Amino acid sequence: MNGPLESSVGVVETLSVAVFDATRPLVLRSGATLPHVDVAYETYGTLNADRSNAVYICHALTGDAHAAGLHEGDTRPGWWDSMIGPGKPIDTDVWFVVCSNLLGGCQGTTGPSSINPATGEPYGLDFPLLDMADFVEVHRGLARHLGIDRFAAVVGGSLGGMQVLQWAISHPEEVGRALIFAASSRLTAQNIAFSAVGRQAIMRDSHFMDGRFLTAGTAPRRGLSVARMMAHITYLSETGFEEKFGRTAQRGKLAKNFGVDFAVESYLEHQGERFLSRFDALSYLYLTRVMDYFDPFADEHALAALIDDPVRFLIVSFDTDWRFSTAHSRRIVRHLEGARLPTSFREIRSPWGHDSFLLDVADYHASVRAYLERAAEELA
Amino acid sequence: MSDTLRPDLWLITKLIPEGSRVLDLGCGDGELLRLLTLKGCSGTGVDMDPSNLVAAMRSGVDVIELDLDTQLGEFADDSYDFVVLSRTLQTVRRPRQVLAEIGRIAVHSVVSMPNFAHWRNRVRLLAGRMPMSKDLPFKWYDTPNLHHSSIPDLEPLFGALGMVIDSRVALDATGRAHPLGNVAANLLASSSLYVLHARR
Repeated sequence: MNGPLESSVGVVETLSVAVFDATRPLVLRSGATLPHVDVAYETYGTLNADRSNAVYICHALTGDAHAAGLHEGDTRPGWWDSMIGPGKPIDTDVWFVVCSNLLGGCQGTTGPSSINPATGEPYGLDFPLLDMADFVEVHRGLARHLGIDRFAAVVGGSLGGMQVLQWAISHPEEVGRALIFAASSRLTAQNIAFSAVGRQAIMRDSHFMDGRFLTAGTAPRRGLSVARMMAHITYLSETGFEEKFGRTAQRGKLAKNFGVDFAVESYLEHQGERFLSRFDALSYLYLTRVMDYFDPFADEHALAALIDDPVRFLIVSFDTDWRFSTAHSRRIVRHLEGARLPTSFREIRSPWGHDSFLLDVADYHASVRAYLERAAEELA
Repeated sequence: MSDTLRPDLWLITKLIPEGSRVLDLGCGDGELLRLLTLKGCSGTGVDMDPSNLVAAMRSGVDVIELDLDTQLGEFADDSYDFVVLSRTLQTVRRPRQVLAEIGRIAVHSVVSMPNFAHWRNRVRLLAGRMPMSKDLPFKWYDTPNLHHSSIPDLEPLFGALGMVIDSRVALDATGRAHPLGNVAANLLASSSLYVLHARR
């Protein structure tokens, strides 16, 4: 048995590199350009001599480049430490793992809170609207910097899975296997509704100031924390909440008032507060909006390149996920399998709702492990 | 390939033409599809058992987890060359609907099913006991088999669904072709295997 320490990638640090600059600006899907794009990223494991064992990790809405291991002095490991490490399903003894913060984010990669070189001020709402394909272009920029032409696997959950799907569709020759967990190829009206209310909470906060809050030295903290609290409800299942909190009182017994009385209220409050220290309201707007418009199969020729150069797909859903239910994953499977692409699909039983993709759910991890062990065998 | 391979799976690989695209319903650990790749076939397995699904993926076989009774609609019309339903028809809730779906998904299919009217079963019934045999090894209270049929009960159902029997192979209890072929099959065959095609 491996203890938690033996199976960790150990102490890691986030690196930064400019992947687009004045000599090579990033042209976005919309036609807009960004003159300079920095990317924050981490790598684990060792790239082999023929550079064929690379795996790219795409993070979800509020993730970052720190997927595994520990930062110096930290006690909390990266957000996917249960999945990535020596002997783990994404085995760093086998794979060279790359994870980056996505474009529009706020954890070291260029986003709406970065300085606009044209004005010397933070971009704010002058930052261009983004597309899923723009995230992928920046990942590809980092791949170029690292000298990797093709990834044996590209892996992600939720918004991360959507990037994986986009990458496989637009540049299938660069992707061996695409592993897509708890994701969607088209948000439902309900998904968009949650997303819209989150953004409204931010934009109606008086400290939002039409997006110029950074210049004014403030932030829509209330709005952002409310958006996070509400989103967090959609990440867990009803059973998950029931198991964690039930109707337990936060302080001994319930005492009717409008404050934080139930334990679940305290938990949400805490989630909202904690989020403020690591996330930017503008990034929240930009990234959620990309998800709303994502609809890759709408173009009837979307799969043409993929069919010429097939990628192998593993799609995974979780039975209690109501944010992106199994129906979302089945839709992806129908399109891919229907185009005769090699596709595997698993619906994993887990009580934890959407968040399951981040957790150590045995059947889920066994599936990812099996799929990637096979990939490693084919590589050898 | 392993020595423990089910003989009926060998037989099925012989019946499916090279290069076919195959959908294996109730694929177990993917053994048949793995074997078929040696013939240049490709395809997808379907199962519901987590350990089977993981084993299939580990061996490089693509699998889709779904319920044969309710979710075969996920597969498009004529999206495969062959559908295989090996020793599984008796375990689904609605065999008629499953067969109809098979005929929709591919023109050709291979379907096998235990024969309840095998003489050993008849003897057991005459002795007043429910049949149990190598092909029907379960106690009545823990059997996955929901439906039992004989050869003359099964074959008219294919016809009723517009599925033509191209060939029938009578199998012995080990899953090998019966040495007597189709002679007195309903008495001697422990199970029967059909190559069908759906009228279009």
